[in-house]
Amino acid sequence: MAASVARDRLPPLVWAAVLIGAAIMVAPLIWTLLLSLKSNTELVGNSGAALQPPYTLGNYVAIFGSSSTTRWLLNSAVVSLGTTAGVLILASLAGYGFARLDFPFRRSLFVLVLLGLAIPSQAVILHQHQLFADLGLHNSYPGLILPGLIGPFGVFFMTQYMRAIPKELDEAAMLDGASRFTIFWRVILPLTVPAQSTLAVFTFLGSWNDYWWPLISATRSDMYTLTVGLAASQMNYAQTSGLGFLMAQAVFASIPIFMVYIIFQKQIVRAMAGAALK
Amino acid sequence: MTRAERRWDGLLFVAPFLLLYLLILIYPLLRGVWLSLHSVDLFGDGRFVGLANYARLAADPVFGQSLVNTFLITLMIVPVLTVIALALALALNRATRSAAILRGVFFSSAVLSVTIVTLIWRFVLAPDAGLLGELWTAFGWEPLPFLSAPNLVLPALAITTIWWSLGFPMLLFLAGLQQIPQDMYEAAALDRASKWTTFRRVTLPSLRRTTILVIMLQTAAQLQIFGQSQLLTAGGPSGASRTAVLFLFETAFGRWELGYASAAAEILFLIILAVTLTQYWLTGRAREGEDGR
Repeated sequence: MAASVARDRLPPLVWAAVLIGAAIMVAPLIWTLLLSLKSNTELVGNSGAALQPPYTLGNYVAIFGSSSTTRWLLNSAVVSLGTTAGVLILASLAGYGFARLDFPFRRSLFVLVLLGLAIPSQAVILHQHQLFADLGLHNSYPGLILPGLIGPFGVFFMTQYMRAIPKELDEAAMLDGASRFTIFWRVILPLTVPAQSTLAVFTFLGSWNDYWWPLISATRSDMYTLTVGLAASQMNYAQTSGLGFLMAQAVFASIPIFMVYIIFQKQIVRAMAGAALK
Repeated sequence: MTRAERRWDGLLFVAPFLLLYLLILIYPLLRGVWLSLHSVDLFGDGRFVGLANYARLAADPVFGQSLVNTFLITLMIVPVLTVIALALALALNRATRSAAILRGVFFSSAVLSVTIVTLIWRFVLAPDAGLLGELWTAFGWEPLPFLSAPNLVLPALAITTIWWSLGFPMLLFLAGLQQIPQDMYEAAALDRASKWTTFRRVTLPSLRRTTILVIMLQTAAQLQIFGQSQLLTAGGPSGASRTAVLFLFETAFGRWELGYASAAAEILFLIILAVTLTQYWLTGRAREGEDGR
């Protein structure tokens, strides 16, 4: 089936509308960038100064001088990478079990996992907070990572993917005397790299941008992730550092995620194609 | 290895996920239902009050207003977002370099976190220090107090959200468009169908499942809207932008009324569950329709 791509030229009026839309998309980003390049004193009471030079990198230098922003960056990196690694491991193991092995209650357990897709996080977050308080896990990396590991989507996704791999592969390996785990690790897992990378990108994006859970779990500022740290900065904006610095923090915090997006564009687009086909 | 062992060892693969799933998702879910029937504060497990929390919710004008605000903002966001995303997908479904760049531009905001989005839009919307304020003043108009006027605040949050959320629906529509077989368009061209007829008879019906998916995913997402109103307006002015999830947050973590907050969470859960089930049902019907064609 040939992919349908329009080949006709866009009418000029439509072109103009699209370009205006693009300008609306970009203008807030450029405004933010300009504000971040101005000294804080110049912006007091006059944000319009952002439209004229002189520009300075002073606010960015100040970020590296302040231990808190770099600490939040580190926390975000640890939490997002930890969550991504955890999801890949758990979802691959469970996906292999559900897709290719037979064991008692397999069907009912899989249905139980699928039901989780319909549970919004708002329905459980208060009680997750209580549970983690009982376990003494707030303000810790495990406390920030664990709730990110239980999303049923990863298991569902890996199960679907592993089901499509021919059964003969397992049987041939079994004849060679390989154990279940060896088959999983040596035969099946290498075939799932495309699915792993898609799942990894989405898990990382979701975890990096998560706000609700770190907001209520990380209450000590040295355990803030970047999202929570920036929330605290903008709430205290009036008393503290000034507009230019605040915007430099926003730009600084979005650089890693833009890099991930640019590197993994293909995985994102492919995943969308999968969702539309479903 | 005996056969019996072989049968059970499959469980070992799913056990790590399942144990965490039961502990961190299912147990809190059930505990929430149980707590919603109790009067609980910070200290201890409280006493059983039956459905009193739910009765109190039904009579609570603050909760009522937060639900109305949530429905209103969802209604402002979802139709506009869906139409813009579809229009962009139609315009940018081209193999040219400029189309690729523009797709990137329209998607770029979607990778930002809610705190960065509100930080950016706070200084777009603020009348004294914002981009729109500067623009308005340049035209000689009085800047609009987007975040402090009760009748402007929900539309302002809706615009912020549309700017932020456009990327994924656009990508979904693009993917849907690319799966329409080219020969359907060729057949339409042979019939000398106009562009508009082709769009109505070929493109739109083929996108039905994608459209249902976009509308339902967005509805479920926007019913849970939280960060925008918490960060930009703290629900104000006087509750005009308090959403249901913000109500939940304030009740649980501001006033520590856990039983009452749990009841509100269950109500929200039921509403979102209804949306999700409607999506499954509609998608199932759309699929039957296509198979029967």
